[in-house]
Amino acid sequence: MIDSSDVLGLMKVVFVIYTMIVFSMLGMYAYSITRAHRVQPKFKVPFFGWMGFLIFVGVGVHVMTFNVIPWVGWDLTRDSIKADKEYRIAVADYEFHLPEEGMTIEEGDMVRFELESHDVSYGFGLFRGDGTMVFQMQVVPGSRNDIVWKFDKADTYSIRSTEYSGPRGGEMFVPNAIVVKPEVAVASINNQS
Amino acid sequence: MLDVSALNPLQRVSLRFVVISLLFYGLCITEGMMMRSNQITFDMIPADHYYAIMGAHPMVGIFGSSFMLVFGAFYFLVPTLLNKSIYSQKLAELTWVLVTGGVALVWLSGFVFRYAALYTNYWPLPVSEEFSPYGLATFAVGNIILMAGVFVFAYNIFATVFHQRDEQKPMWPLLKSALGIDGFTNLYKKMRGRQEEEPIMPLPIVAIFRGTIDTVLDALVLAGVSCVFLYHAFYAINGTTIDPGWFDALIYKNIYWWGLDLIADGLVLIYVAGTWYLLATLITGQKLYMANVARAALLVELVVSWNVWSHHLLADQGQHNVMKIISGEMVTAFELVTSGIAVFVTLMTIWKARPIKMTPPLKFLLGGILGFSLGVPAGIIQADLGMNRILHNTQWVIGAHAHMQLLVGLGMTLYAAMYALFPMLTNNLKLKSDKLTNFHFWAHLVGGVGMAVSMGFAGMDGMLRRTIYPGNPDFQVEMIFAAFFGSLMVMAYFAMMYNIISSIGIKGLIEIFVKLPERIKMKLAPLG
Repeated sequence: MIDSSDVLGLMKVVFVIYTMIVFSMLGMYAYSITRAHRVQPKFKVPFFGWMGFLIFVGVGVHVMTFNVIPWVGWDLTRDSIKADKEYRIAVADYEFHLPEEGMTIEEGDMVRFELESHDVSYGFGLFRGDGTMVFQMQVVPGSRNDIVWKFDKADTYSIRSTEYSGPRGGEMFVPNAIVVKPEVAVASINNQS
Repeated sequence: MLDVSALNPLQRVSLRFVVISLLFYGLCITEGMMMRSNQITFDMIPADHYYAIMGAHPMVGIFGSSFMLVFGAFYFLVPTLLNKSIYSQKLAELTWVLVTGGVALVWLSGFVFRYAALYTNYWPLPVSEEFSPYGLATFAVGNIILMAGVFVFAYNIFATVFHQRDEQKPMWPLLKSALGIDGFTNLYKKMRGRQEEEPIMPLPIVAIFRGTIDTVLDALVLAGVSCVFLYHAFYAINGTTIDPGWFDALIYKNIYWWGLDLIADGLVLIYVAGTWYLLATLITGQKLYMANVARAALLVELVVSWNVWSHHLLADQGQHNVMKIISGEMVTAFELVTSGIAVFVTLMTIWKARPIKMTPPLKFLLGGILGFSLGVPAGIIQADLGMNRILHNTQWVIGAHAHMQLLVGLGMTLYAAMYALFPMLTNNLKLKSDKLTNFHFWAHLVGGVGMAVSMGFAGMDGMLRRTIYPGNPDFQVEMIFAAFFGSLMVMAYFAMMYNIISSIGIKGLIEIFVKLPERIKMKLAPLG
């Protein structure tokens, strides 16, 4: 399954290429308009062609991500998704109140996280050990803040508040809060308990 | 050297805006670099000061610097382009006083009271007990005064456009033209083979008029919210805490972002388009290419700007999916189209006039177009349900999108206007050094793009935008690059300031604001 590392890794390449294209094209344009003779264009960009291209790109990005990135579908249909596990997390006074039994997830499980803020707006983000983000959402007081996520890789994740909630908000970091175990390992943990 | 006594009142008031804008910009980048030092774990400031700066930084940058420069330029351009007198010189003077006072108070709320509820002011953080009620009151009063300045500007601009002192014209054709409806009717007439009508309003005026509509709406929301803050502060100072539960946090967020987004996705893009069109015609001395399409597009942009705020709430699970898809994704995507029209029309106007000389205004104009060409698509990417889930509140948002648009796109566009208007505002005074102007251009461009890209990469690596990571080396490489490129921008600023001040002289600079006694003038003359 595609995850955020795959998507953002590709995006880095696209972003660099795109930046270079924009620099090159505007550089060529600046060079051409200042030549002593009247430079003739190598190719013409018709206005409606340009408009069509922009609409195609603007709408196409959303169509593509809807079809390629799995969590878009999970998000839009999350009310009807039956999760394998559900965790309720309260947030108050700059602290995540995580389940006492911890959060150990079996690889491949679909999990629902439901957070409730008792004071200000926070964020809820999962991060890998190298600091990269798995996902995030806002935790707004008075609203339902839930997200479903399928964990298909065994790993350990940290939780960090991703929304500014005052100077103390930066301290809202829970290292190694979620453990995703391979299927066999989880079975053995259950047997031991 | 600048002879202030030869300036007319309009030139003088516009120069006042320019000077204050550049000073606020200096404050903004200085504090930006102080924050940057904390991100490379060379902590210049304690955390509470960092967050206080973070709250004031966008207010100083957007209102104190950008709005101030825009207001100054428009106060000069609107009467000049319409060949009218300004409606009220006194209101023009009042504008810079109010905006300066308001921004200064907002900044002081952070500096003195460490008030740090952030410019987004997500309810109920601004009124929480986290902060001193005096800090809240100072912030709220500052914001109200600032928005009063915005209202005064808007009133004065609207009144200048429509006032009938100089000549009598019927109101409806003026309004029709100011809204750009004649752009649509002319396109229709052209399709039917009929004779087109010459629009009454110059195109830059249309952009200013329409951008100012968004400016007023935005100011209404921000001032309204600040009144609520002031109400809470008043009770808190008197020892009574009002339960903030009376206001739903998500509804508040929708209202607030509807208003605040009119800056980012409304007036900035509309004002910028108008400035590009003006500069393209000034630089080439020719009519704008596809002027009717440009007029019509400005009206479309206005309507689009009222309907895109939900892209700020894609990570809010309480926000309805329909709002996220229609407003957050699809309507937002049309900003690619409307800004694409502005890029196309501007570049084609210049292209048709080739060969032309690469002057500082043209150079900065192309830099501005480059900034938006990089920053707008970055915004469209994060305004996507899939991408937002892994990019929201990261450095990507504030770096590759916001700083790219504000520092490179808007900043260079405003510098283009400043370099173009400098001779008109100073009675043909020339800047001392072309080399310094060139250095300003390259250092600002490379610094701005480099810093925004470095921040963008940090965001893609998971670095959050409103968080400091003491002792965490995960994002050191990106932040060191960002600090290096940020330093280039600081050098660009000092080069520009030195060039301007040495051109107009210290005496001239002071006399823009106060008339100096002869004795002091004579002492300052050799320095200038």
